[in-house]
Amino acid sequence: MFADWTNSGGSLFDEFRRLESEMDELFGRGSWPAGIRSVAQGTYPPVNVGITPEQVDVYVFAAGVDAQSLDISLQENLLTISGERKAPAREDVNYYRKERFDGGFRRLVTLPDDVDPEQVEARYRDGVLQIHVKRREASRPRQIEVK
Amino acid sequence: MADTNTAKSEMTTRESTAAEKRDHDVSLRPPVDIFEDAEGITLVADMPGVSREGLNIEVDNDMLLVEGVARIDMPEGMEAVHADVRYSHYRRSFALSSELEVDKIDASLRDGVLNVRIPKRPEIRPRKIEVRVD
Repeated sequence: MFADWTNSGGSLFDEFRRLESEMDELFGRGSWPAGIRSVAQGTYPPVNVGITPEQVDVYVFAAGVDAQSLDISLQENLLTISGERKAPAREDVNYYRKERFDGGFRRLVTLPDDVDPEQVEARYRDGVLQIHVKRREASRPRQIEVK
Repeated sequence: MADTNTAKSEMTTRESTAAEKRDHDVSLRPPVDIFEDAEGITLVADMPGVSREGLNIEVDNDMLLVEGVARIDMPEGMEAVHADVRYSHYRRSFALSSELEVDKIDASLRDGVLNVRIPKRPEIRPRKIEVRVD
């Protein structure tokens, strides 16, 4: 696991690219069926979702957000993340570029059905909000013994 | 048509190279705010996931290069189900001009937001120019 820290990027992003190429293979480049809650490219903040048999991890790429302003809620399997990022008012400056997001945001993400809303953890580090949600025991793959 | 095929085979070759290499080939262009006041120019860039160790800022021949690698802790064997962000390498460069003091550039990083301050040479900071009315 620590090997992932030594290379650049880590296998997590490989995994996200694998998803992209698989979807391209299935549906042809650029014509994936859009999820009903999916958003346009460039929407702030971008979100990645990864799963393991034990948990679901949501990564929200929200740089420069005051952690206190973040509001996270999970109802059944619907995760809502909202917050605000306000650019400080600057006087006597001349802007050349203003590409960064400014204002309030809200994103809804559908998680797998078996997540346990009682077991959620969130932390904010280096501008990435990580939300870990445990999945219910019953739905985890179990070894079945053949007699 | 032949060109398309060549392009395609190049893509395939690139796909098969190591993850690290690929990350450097394709990088994210971080969104920036750039503004100027009387004393200098400020550049603000969003690079979520980048820590101090993963950040690199270089000035070479009046070219400012900003790059960083997002490193995110994650459980082993994770499978992606949704991905807005597919690359972990940020990179963007800017041409500076001679009136800026490149050796006095100051940078800070907080919560994935990079702040670069480039001061102007004192002798060219704005002076009030009187307009004479004859």
